[in-house]
Amino acid sequence: MLHTLSVKQMSEKLHAGEITSVELTQHYLDRIAQFDPELNAYVTVTPELALQMAREADERLQNGTAGQLTGIPIAHKDIFCTDGVKTSCSSKMLDNFIAPYDAHVVTLLKKAGMPILGKTNMDEFAMGSSSESSYYGPTKNPWDLNAVPGGSSGGAAAVIAANLAPMATGTDTGGSIRQPASFCGITGIKPTYGTVSRFGIIAYASSFDQAGPMSRSAEESAWMLNAMSEFDQRDSTCLEQERADFAAELNNSLEGLKVGVPAEYFGEGLDPEVEKVIKDAIAEIEKLGATTVPVSLPNKDLAVPSYYVLAPAEASSNLSRYDGVRFGHRCEQPKDLEDLYKRSRAEGFGAEVKRRIMVGAYALSAGYYDAYYLKAQRLRRMVHDDFTNAFEQCDVIMGPVAPTPAFNIGEKTDDPTSMYLADLYTIPVNLGGFPGMSIPAGFANGRPVGLHVVGPHFSEAKLLNIGHQFQQVTDWHKQMPEQYS
Amino acid sequence: MSWEVVIGLEIHAQLTTKSKIFSGASIAYGAEPNSQACAVDLGMPGMLPVVNHAVIGKGIALGIALNAELGKKQVFDRKNYFYPDLPKGYQTTQMDYPIVGKGYLDIDVDGETKRIGVTRAHLEEDAGKSNHGIVPGMTGIDLNRAGTPLLEIVSEPDLSSAQEAVAYARKMHELVTFLGICDGNMQEGSFRVDSNVSVRRPGEPLGTRAELKNINSFRFIEKAIEFEIERQIELIENGGQVVQETRLYDSETNTTRSMRTKEEANDYRYFPCPDLLPIHVSDEDIAAVRATMPELPGAKRARYVSELGLSEYDAGVLTSSRAMAEYFEALFEHTGSKDAKVCANWITSDLAGALNKAGLDISESPISEQMLAGMISRILDDTISGKIAKQVFEAMWKGEGSADEIIEAKGLKQITDSGAIEALVDEVLANNPSQVEAYKGGQEKMMGYFVGQIMKASGGQANPGQVNKILKEKLS
Repeated sequence: MLHTLSVKQMSEKLHAGEITSVELTQHYLDRIAQFDPELNAYVTVTPELALQMAREADERLQNGTAGQLTGIPIAHKDIFCTDGVKTSCSSKMLDNFIAPYDAHVVTLLKKAGMPILGKTNMDEFAMGSSSESSYYGPTKNPWDLNAVPGGSSGGAAAVIAANLAPMATGTDTGGSIRQPASFCGITGIKPTYGTVSRFGIIAYASSFDQAGPMSRSAEESAWMLNAMSEFDQRDSTCLEQERADFAAELNNSLEGLKVGVPAEYFGEGLDPEVEKVIKDAIAEIEKLGATTVPVSLPNKDLAVPSYYVLAPAEASSNLSRYDGVRFGHRCEQPKDLEDLYKRSRAEGFGAEVKRRIMVGAYALSAGYYDAYYLKAQRLRRMVHDDFTNAFEQCDVIMGPVAPTPAFNIGEKTDDPTSMYLADLYTIPVNLGGFPGMSIPAGFANGRPVGLHVVGPHFSEAKLLNIGHQFQQVTDWHKQMPEQYS
Repeated sequence: MSWEVVIGLEIHAQLTTKSKIFSGASIAYGAEPNSQACAVDLGMPGMLPVVNHAVIGKGIALGIALNAELGKKQVFDRKNYFYPDLPKGYQTTQMDYPIVGKGYLDIDVDGETKRIGVTRAHLEEDAGKSNHGIVPGMTGIDLNRAGTPLLEIVSEPDLSSAQEAVAYARKMHELVTFLGICDGNMQEGSFRVDSNVSVRRPGEPLGTRAELKNINSFRFIEKAIEFEIERQIELIENGGQVVQETRLYDSETNTTRSMRTKEEANDYRYFPCPDLLPIHVSDEDIAAVRATMPELPGAKRARYVSELGLSEYDAGVLTSSRAMAEYFEALFEHTGSKDAKVCANWITSDLAGALNKAGLDISESPISEQMLAGMISRILDDTISGKIAKQVFEAMWKGEGSADEIIEAKGLKQITDSGAIEALVDEVLANNPSQVEAYKGGQEKMMGYFVGQIMKASGGQANPGQVNKILKEKLS
C-alpha cells in the first residue's frame, strides 16, 4: 500500500518512475474522502490544487529538476496562510477568510514541489491542547476515536497517524507540535525560535510561535525542516544566519552523548505507565552509547504561570485586528461602531479565545502590568536560565512530552487549568526558545507516548540524529492504528 | 492679579521616506483611497512589520540638531485601542526607549533668545483616515496613511505665550525641513502641531490643560492659543474650572470648541511589540548621520554674516528655507564667489518679489541659479549696469533666453568707449547753454540734470561712472 511506505521509499519510487505524484496524491485524496469524515482532521481539502501541483511535480520528476520531497503530498495546518485557499485558524472569525498570499513556509514547500492536500484542523487560533476548541468540532485520535489527538496541531498529527498525509506542517507555541505528536505516535520537532519564518502564520503569541515539521520519522522531519527553513526578511525575528543541514548528523553515533534527566520531569502528576515508557526509551538510548546525568530545572513550576500571562498578553493584542471592519466575521446589522466591535468579536471567537484575550488584556492593563506582565518576563528568564545551566552538564535533556497519554474527548473541556497543565513539560522549552522534539517511544493504556528531547539553541541536527538513531533500533514510529494501516 | 501661561507642543512630523515605516507601500500624498495600503498596512492575518531603516537616520539627525540624548537602544511598543482606521487594533510607537531623548531648541522672540526644552521625540506609525460623508450613511475608511512614518516631537511646557509657541513651532518647522526629514507641508498634514495650553497664578501648581489639535497654519495656531488663554482665564475668573479635553479651533469664528467633552479613560495596555527586535544604534551610525547632515540654519546665518558680510536681515531671509539657502549658495558660487551682497540683493528684492507675485516657491523659480548668475556676472564685469540688469531680469523671467542672449538681442551692452561718451557729453552741453550758464553760476544741482540727459541720449547704456568723470572735466 502506498501510504504505508516511508517518505524515503515514496521519493525513490517517484524518482524511479515507478509511481507518479498524481497517483500518490490521488491515493491520499481517496483516503481522506474515506476516513476524514470520522476523524475530522481536515478543515479544508483541496483536491484540484493538490492534483495540479502533483502534475507539476511529475513534470519536474521527468525533467530532472525534482528534489527529495518533490511529489510528496503535504497537509498544512490551517494557521498557515495559503494563497486562494480558506485559512480559518479553525475559527468562525476567519471562516470566510481566503488568504491572498502564502505563508513563507507554504512558499518554500511549494517550491520543494509538495502538493497541498488541504488544511488541517486545530484548536481555535492555536489556543488549546486537544483540538477541541475548533469551530469545526474536535478532531479524533486515530488510535482511539474517544481520545483527543492533542493540540493545537491535532489535525496535523492525526493525518500522519491515520495515513491521510505523509507529511504535515505544525506550529508550536507552548507544545502544539510535540504534544499532539506524542498523543498520536508520530515525530514532530519545534525548532529554535527564529529558525522558520513566521510570515503568513496567523499569530497567537508572537514571541513563542514557531513552525516545524510533523511526520512519521526523524529522518523525514529533517528533510522537511531543511525545506521549510531559511532566512526571510519579512519576519524581523527570523534568524539571518545560514541554516545548518538538519539531516547532516542523522547517522552519527550516539557514543558519548550526555543525556540530562531532570528530576522535576518525573515528579507528581506523571502517569506511571508514561514514566515507564520514557525510562525504557532512555535506557534504549543508553544502549546506543549515551550516558545519563541527573540535572535540575528548579524553576519548572514557574513556566506554566509565566506562559499563561505572556502568551495571552500577546494574543490579546494580536487578535485585536479581528474587529469586523476589513475581513473576517462581521455581525449582522450593527447599530453603531461599538455594537459592530462587540458583536462581531463575541460571535466570531470561541470561549477559550475569549478567555485568553481577557486574561491577556488584564495582565497588560494599567496597574497590573508590573505585577503580571513584567514579573512573568522575569520568570521567563529564570526558566530559560535553568536550561542553559543544565546544558552545561549535558548535551540534551530527555523526559516525557506530557504527563499522560491522550485523554478523552470532553474530559478536560470544563477545566481549563487542568488542560493548561497538560503542557507543563513543553511550555518551558518555548519560554527559552529552545528546540524540542517528540518521538514515538511506546504506549501507555493503549495510547501512544512520545519521548521529549530538548537541546540548546540550534541543536536541531543533534536532536534529529538522536531521533533517527533511536528509530533505527525501535519500530514505535512505524506502528499504525490498525484501521488506517 | 496676573496670570501665567504654560504651553507645551506635540509636533507630528511626517518623515520623508519613500515607503511606510513597517511596509513597502508608498506614502505619496493624494492617491485614490486604499490604493497605497498593502497587506501589512491592512493588518491582514499573518502579516508582520519590518522597520524601514531610513526612519532611524532621520530621527537621529533631528536628535543631533536638538543637541539631544540619542536613543542607542530603541524599542517599539504597541499602544492598544480599537478604532476603525487603526487596522491592527494597536499603534506601533516608542514608549520607554524613544529615538530622541532630552534636548532643546533656542527660539528668538522680540530680540530675546529663549531655550525651550524638548522632552523627547519618538518614531511611530500614523493611522488611516475616517471620512464621514463620502459614503452616505457610513464612514469611509482610507488606509493610505496607515503606517506613514511619524516623528512625534514633544516639548517641555516651557512656552509662556502664543507668540513663543509659534516661534518654537516655526523654528522646529525650519529645522525639520532644513534637515530634509520632513517636507513641512501643513496643508497636507505633514507637519501637525498639537498645543497643550493651561494658565495658573504665579507660584501655583500647573493648571488643567486643554489640547488644541489639527490646526494647519502658524497664524491660526497663534490665534487659537490666544483665544484659548483668554477663554481659560475668563472661565476661572468667573468661578469656573478648566476641564482636560481636546478642543478644535474654528478659523471662521476664531474660537475653540470642545471635541470630546470628557477625556476618555483609555488604557492603552502598552507592551513591547514582540514582532520587532530592539534597535541598537552605534556611535558609528551616529557619526555617519552627522556626516551627511546639512549645515543647520543657525550656523548658516552666523556664517553669512561673519564670512560673507551680509546683514542679519539678509542672512535671515536667505536661510528661511533650505531651498532658499541652496539657491543663494549656488548663485554665489556660479558668480565666482565675489560679491555676496549683490547676489543677496537680487534674491531678496527682485527675485523674491517676482516669485511672491507669481505665487511660486524658490524651488519653482523660472530663473535658475545659473541664469541669474549669468546676469550678475555681466553686472560685475561692467557689461551692463544695475539698472539695465532689471530689464534683463524681466526678459529672463519671461523666458526670452539667457542674460547674454538678451543683452545681445536688445543691444543693452553698456557704452564704455570714452570717445563715444565724450561725444554724447558735448552734444548735451551744446544743446543746453542756459543750464551750463546756471551751473557755472553756482547751481551745482544742474550736474544731475546733465547726467540724466546724457544717459537718456545713450538709451541708458552709457557707463554712469565714465559719464560723471568726463562731464566734470568738460565743465571745469
